[in-house]
Amino acid sequence: METFLASLEILARWDVALALLTGSVGGVLIGAIPGVGPAVAIAILLPTTFSMDPIVGLTVLLGIYGSSMYGGAIPAILINTPGTAVNALTTYDGYTMTARGEPRRALSLAYSASFFGGVFSVICLILFAPVLAKVAPLFGSREIFLAALLGIILVIVAHRGQTLIAGALAGFGLFLQTIGLEPVKYTQRYTFDQDFLGGGINLIVVVLGLFALSQAFVLLTDVDEKVRLTKLRGGMFQGPRELARHPRIAGASASFGVAMGMIPGVGEFTAQFMSYTYAQRTSKRPEDFGHGSSEGLIASETSNNAVPAAAMVPLLALGIPGEALTAMMLSVFYVHNVVPGPGLFQNQMDFVVALYLALLILNVLVLIFLLFATKSLIQVVRIPNRFLGVIILTLSFVGVYSLRNSATDCLIAAVFGMLGFILKRLSLPIVPIILGMVLGGIMEVKLRAAMARVKTPWDFIDRPVAFSLFVIIFLVLGAHIFRVWYDRRDLKEAEWQTKHRSMRFGGLISRRRSSLLKARGKMVRARHSRSLHRSTDRD
Amino acid sequence: MTTERERRFVGPRRGQIFFALGFLVFSGLLLSQIGSETRWVDNTQLFAQPRFWPAVGLLAMVALGMFHLIDLLWRQIKPFDRNETLKWARALEYVGWFMAYVVIVPVVGYLPTTLLFVPLLAWRMGYRSKRMLWISAGLGFCIVVLFKSFLAVRIPGAASYEYLPDALRNFFILNF
Repeated sequence: METFLASLEILARWDVALALLTGSVGGVLIGAIPGVGPAVAIAILLPTTFSMDPIVGLTVLLGIYGSSMYGGAIPAILINTPGTAVNALTTYDGYTMTARGEPRRALSLAYSASFFGGVFSVICLILFAPVLAKVAPLFGSREIFLAALLGIILVIVAHRGQTLIAGALAGFGLFLQTIGLEPVKYTQRYTFDQDFLGGGINLIVVVLGLFALSQAFVLLTDVDEKVRLTKLRGGMFQGPRELARHPRIAGASASFGVAMGMIPGVGEFTAQFMSYTYAQRTSKRPEDFGHGSSEGLIASETSNNAVPAAAMVPLLALGIPGEALTAMMLSVFYVHNVVPGPGLFQNQMDFVVALYLALLILNVLVLIFLLFATKSLIQVVRIPNRFLGVIILTLSFVGVYSLRNSATDCLIAAVFGMLGFILKRLSLPIVPIILGMVLGGIMEVKLRAAMARVKTPWDFIDRPVAFSLFVIIFLVLGAHIFRVWYDRRDLKEAEWQTKHRSMRFGGLISRRRSSLLKARGKMVRARHSRSLHRSTDRD
Repeated sequence: MTTERERRFVGPRRGQIFFALGFLVFSGLLLSQIGSETRWVDNTQLFAQPRFWPAVGLLAMVALGMFHLIDLLWRQIKPFDRNETLKWARALEYVGWFMAYVVIVPVVGYLPTTLLFVPLLAWRMGYRSKRMLWISAGLGFCIVVLFKSFLAVRIPGAASYEYLPDALRNFFILNF
């Protein structure tokens, strides 16, 4: 109770209240504009939050992270275009509802489901916090190293069909963080005798390039799409009643969201996939899924909104971000000398609970805002793509230049912007680069500290948590190798089944020739020639 | 006709081979420099060597990048691949716009440059009606006021502000 009151005290400030309001409303707006997304907004705003108190800065960023998915459901439901990537599944059932004349019902249900997911995960984590506080100190250097390694491996293997390039890009991130002065032996690494590389490559510069500038380039080189908005009909308050009729699906989806959010590198997509599959398999009307099913909409929206709060767990408890957005937030902690990890849970529990309470309040604020302002809010969908590109390019300048007033930083960001642009055009993953950079730094420090106390390789995993993590890494890699082997075998089988003879002229002639040269061919030719002679004789 | 392998490919196929090739060459060049760009310190454990982590990253880049390229070799280079690289090159124009903005701000000032930059780029993108140009100028003004005046982000005063009268100069340096 003391912790709870202390955390309320942290939040009871006008600047925190303003941050909550700005974060929640801003996040919904950003989410509602297709083509922007929370990553771009957080990347641009990061340097701005460095001058704020940690709780204020983190509240703004958390607000954007937590509320963007609410906003992202609006274009997903109304114009079949997800506002953020994680709202893609919402289009399946949400847009179909709109097409049959129930846009308000779909929106209301999506808001209610998102609200339930968000609140459920925050409550779970507040209740779970004392357990985390007990578990977190069991993580020493080697456990944190193994957890970071597990995070990187999970991020890589999560990109099914692109694992090799995801691994290579994670390696690139790992390499990037080593550039500059090595802090223990004081030697230069990959600076090529250039002063600007001596301090290393700033994470924020890379993030801004890969997320914000690249998105600006994507939009600027794109074409504007014509948007036709549907008129909103029906009540906005029927969603909670409809949600209450499906408590099992809502509960299971939120639980999937919490569980998947806590595992580094997994996140919203897996949570949504599992929830949607579960909902479809257990539904009395599975044929409705993808055709405007309320259960499908509940499953996708509840699970994705349960993730943000849960994703803060590995970040706060171990200092290990599980995905790009929490990796960006980690830099806010570092700037303010607040070191997330086991120590934070032991010494600043009130700060942790305050963050969770902020997320809880944020969900309430967003729901109220959306229930009353949706009609005006949907107009943001009309902003043309390329004009958005112009705005993002202008805003990216503030983000990069305000860091160190360095034109070189801007040039580096532009180079990463080009890289991000190419990766986005090829649908290749960007997140492994960021996580490689962040987790690579953690792994380097922790492995060095751990190896100082290790004599034999077995010593590294002789503690229960370290051993468990090692076994999990082993299992994940084993499962991945099996899946790759299975996919390749499946591909070969499919190729074999669809294999047909060449239809080229040369191929046809060659087959005809070999057929005629075979013994059977000769026999057939002889018979044909006999019948030909007979017919000639008759004539 | 689309083959089974093409159908199962994740993402667009155009341009993939050029990216994979470029990535591998870049990684290989970096790895070839590891001897001169990192140090090996005597009497130090392998894991604490300054060379260890760059080597891990670069080896992952080279090895996995090579396997990725080998995985792509089942398809030939087609005109679509070349067209895709031209599209990448087209984005360089906006890198130029961005860098020009970066270079001009410290000379002319954040507010004047933004008031010029946003409508100009909007005009370049085809939004040439008076309404859109005014909207873009207004947006530029709002961005400067929000970030520089209210959030006080660190963007220094421009060289051109030195020519302003004293009182106005301080006001401009602080707010715009």
